[in-house]
Amino acid sequence: MRTLRFLLQKELRQMRRDPAIWRILFLMPVIQLLILPLAADYEVKNINLSVTDHDRSVYSQLLVRKVIASGYFRLTDYSPGFGTALRAVERDKADLILEIPPRWDRDLIKDGSATLFIAVNAINGVKAGLGAAYLQGIIQDYNAEVRAKWLAPARMNPQPVIEVQYSDWFNPHMNYRFFMVPGILVMLLTMIGSSFASNNIVREIELGTIEQINVSPIRKVHFILGKLIPFWLLSMLILTVGLILARVVFGIVPLGHYATIYLFAGVYLLSILGLGLLMSTYAQTQQQSMLVSFFITMIFNLMSGLYTPVESMPEWGQWIARLTPVSYFIQVMRMVVLKGSGVADIVPHILAVLGFAVVFNGWAILNYKKRRG
Amino acid sequence: MIMKQLLVFVRKEWYHIWRDRRTLLILIGMPIIQIVLYGFALTNEVKNSNIAVLDAAQDASSIPLVQEIAASRYFHLLRYIHSPRDIEGVFRKGKIRMAIVIPRDFRNDLLHTNHAQVQLIADASDPNTANTLTNYAVAIINTYQSSLNVDQSLPYSIHTQLRMLYNPELKGAYNFVPGVMAMVLMLVCAMMTSISIVKEKEMGTMEVILVSPLKPFRIVIAKTIPYLLISFVNIVTILLLSVYALDVPIAGSLVLLVAESLLFTGLSLSIGILISNSTRSQQTAMFTSMMSLFLPTLIFSGFLFPVENMPVPLQVIANVVPAKWYFIIVKDVMIKGAGFEAVWKETLVLAGMMTVLLGISIRNFKIRLT
Amino acid sequence: MSETVISAKALTKRFAGFTAVDAISFDVRKGEIFGFLGANGAGKTTAMRMLCGLSLPSSGEARVAGYDVYRQTELIKRNIGYMSQKFSLYEDLTVKENIEFYGGIYRLSDARIREKIRELLEQLQLGDQANSLVRSLPLGWKQKLAFSIAIVHDPAIVFLDEPTGGVDPIMRKEFWGMIYAAADRGITVFVTTHYMDEAEYCHRVSIMVDGRIEALDDPGTLIRQHGAASMDEVFLQLARKATRKE
Repeated sequence: MRTLRFLLQKELRQMRRDPAIWRILFLMPVIQLLILPLAADYEVKNINLSVTDHDRSVYSQLLVRKVIASGYFRLTDYSPGFGTALRAVERDKADLILEIPPRWDRDLIKDGSATLFIAVNAINGVKAGLGAAYLQGIIQDYNAEVRAKWLAPARMNPQPVIEVQYSDWFNPHMNYRFFMVPGILVMLLTMIGSSFASNNIVREIELGTIEQINVSPIRKVHFILGKLIPFWLLSMLILTVGLILARVVFGIVPLGHYATIYLFAGVYLLSILGLGLLMSTYAQTQQQSMLVSFFITMIFNLMSGLYTPVESMPEWGQWIARLTPVSYFIQVMRMVVLKGSGVADIVPHILAVLGFAVVFNGWAILNYKKRRG
Repeated sequence: MIMKQLLVFVRKEWYHIWRDRRTLLILIGMPIIQIVLYGFALTNEVKNSNIAVLDAAQDASSIPLVQEIAASRYFHLLRYIHSPRDIEGVFRKGKIRMAIVIPRDFRNDLLHTNHAQVQLIADASDPNTANTLTNYAVAIINTYQSSLNVDQSLPYSIHTQLRMLYNPELKGAYNFVPGVMAMVLMLVCAMMTSISIVKEKEMGTMEVILVSPLKPFRIVIAKTIPYLLISFVNIVTILLLSVYALDVPIAGSLVLLVAESLLFTGLSLSIGILISNSTRSQQTAMFTSMMSLFLPTLIFSGFLFPVENMPVPLQVIANVVPAKWYFIIVKDVMIKGAGFEAVWKETLVLAGMMTVLLGISIRNFKIRLT
Repeated sequence: MSETVISAKALTKRFAGFTAVDAISFDVRKGEIFGFLGANGAGKTTAMRMLCGLSLPSSGEARVAGYDVYRQTELIKRNIGYMSQKFSLYEDLTVKENIEFYGGIYRLSDARIREKIRELLEQLQLGDQANSLVRSLPLGWKQKLAFSIAIVHDPAIVFLDEPTGGVDPIMRKEFWGMIYAAADRGITVFVTTHYMDEAEYCHRVSIMVDGRIEALDDPGTLIRQHGAASMDEVFLQLARKATRKE
């Protein structure tokens, strides 16, 4: 045990003196946490609208005004014909085209029904879907207004109506940052934890400093702990910095307890650092270890539910997500911060991550034994 | 003469890379995995969302409604809850995204007053999903509502005809493929090149090379050529996969697409060289690449997050990120089928950036040899 | 009187289809300075690694400091010191911190560590640089410090792998002075070297060629036996017979 004390002393001293570590380890989170959430706004807004109005009646102009007044759309193009409007879309000046045919209001009054044409740039499926939905929603509202105005009240047939009341819980201001920032913090910790831990050991192998360790009476377990513990501490430090930033810059205050987050983070870090260790046992050069870390971290990020929902993935995708420790932390972060979940709620998550920790670290130690022979 | 010398070096570099099978495998396999993931697994579409239903009525009107909702591919009815107090708990456990509450007198209200209520509670942690789910649920409820009516169409109805351009099936791949191309090229070229050059510095073999008769900058070029080759293989792989596995056709000119991609590759390589000039250890090279390349490309190219949503200062920064321009070019040429006239501006920007960066690298290299 | 601290009998190391060390046998006595010579690729390093407990032999026997190299490697490690040319000290730690670390690793008590720090700083006249990073020391001082630290726990044997590479002749002489002092204290020194004049400082030397020991005796006898003028020539005669290139 005393050996461990000396190992830790050495590691911490070396860490303190390495300027690169400080720059990278603190600069990176700060920049990521400040810029990424500002950029990561999936909200569909500021949709560029091109209007082609062949009718030019009072009613068509009222419709257009209502659409703009909704705030979702920006009128960026007013074209004489569909062809011109399409070119606006091609040049990315418009996302959506609303075409009102000639004699539209007369058709509506005389025939009781009229059609509008909407064309959407569907390259970004989500934006197109929501954009179209918003526009159609506004048109329906307009329809109801017009109908109410033109029909004498007595003539309205009573129809069964199901009124839908909807409320949004846990993020009443619908602020995307509340959703993204906790997730980004998790991703940050993961990247740093696993890749730095892995790289550090491979560096020792590449430079040859590991020979001296191998020839001394330091036990394997102590050596590995000597590497894990400093990174664990460092990561917890970064977590703290991140949480402070989240609070101060974005006003994100967890509904649940900070203690819950730290508890989970502590266990989670064991699994991630174990993964880093594992990767280091397979890499022969720093280049390899960096690339492998990067590759694995990238897959983790993509499949974790940070950017895209896990439920939308096909079965095999969901299985990959289940085997990814990151997904659990992302869930836990969001649950604790936004919904106020407590320790009892996250027990299955803790167990899952603990399992990962055992598997990764165990596998790494087994591998390390073999290498020495 | 110079060509022959250069070729000797390129061969040596190629051996380095070829012998490191693991790295090579990852460099070639990465785009494939990304395309597979993006194409088949990752989507912003909302489906199979877990919901819970509190049906206090359990009558002949509410049960079919619940069935309609559960049958939809957007929803997956996870469980029934029996008391309003359970709602919050079930959300807290992170298991559902929406709860639907039907009051006890649903059928009565509907039959006798023609007015009933349904409550939707959405987990707005993810605002877009909450919106989308709400929209879907409302649509299903409206359809159910119309089915209750005696067949009468309302007077004065405005119908809409909707047409989705370029991507009628709303496939996410159309947006992702160009983004993946940008990321992969930037990564392979810039990051790997810079690490490879710095490795020589770190291991101390740089001096040996510098004393050789080949001009130092040519040595650097020799280092980048194998990665150029790998990038080319990657571009071809991505395009093949997109067309045959993801059904994303190349609407425009293939030649133009490849030419623009090679330009972007050249630009990425220049960045890699610039980074290698200013770092001394592989670790620093990698993290500098990540910070100044990978992350900005991810964030500012526009494929993950819409650039137009960002605050103006960030939009300005986005202009400096090469990937942003390349992303536009690929989208226009590959998906919209546009020709060179549509992308000449962006091409000019990329070419300009590359010239500037190469210029700086050449100058720096001459000044500093250690 | 002179106990055997290292004994090897038909020690062999085989890799896939290639025998790096071919049934070597030798003994090293306590307090000896034993030179282990050979060309690159002759098997020196592999043999030494087996003795240090870094790699398991394929066959044969060996005992180091009284412990078996197959089953008691942990005990061997506690009783030996090691210094390699590639690396011995942490450049980003200070002189004092290095002594402290290795002292602790080799189970010295806190009091003893403090004692050793004082001792070493005085011996090496590094008092002023106690808190300087090792990186800032000139090479010769680094080597001397590395050697002192390698024997900080007074081990039975110290293994030195090309310890004086790249150091000027005066420093080398001083270094060997330290080696003699250690040997006088009863520490056995097992040293590999390229410098043939250093071979003549050893009590006995062995020369490995193609994985086998081709010569084993004190330098004087070897020189006479081979009718050579110096160890240099002896080495050249034997090395020429080598069929294995690096």
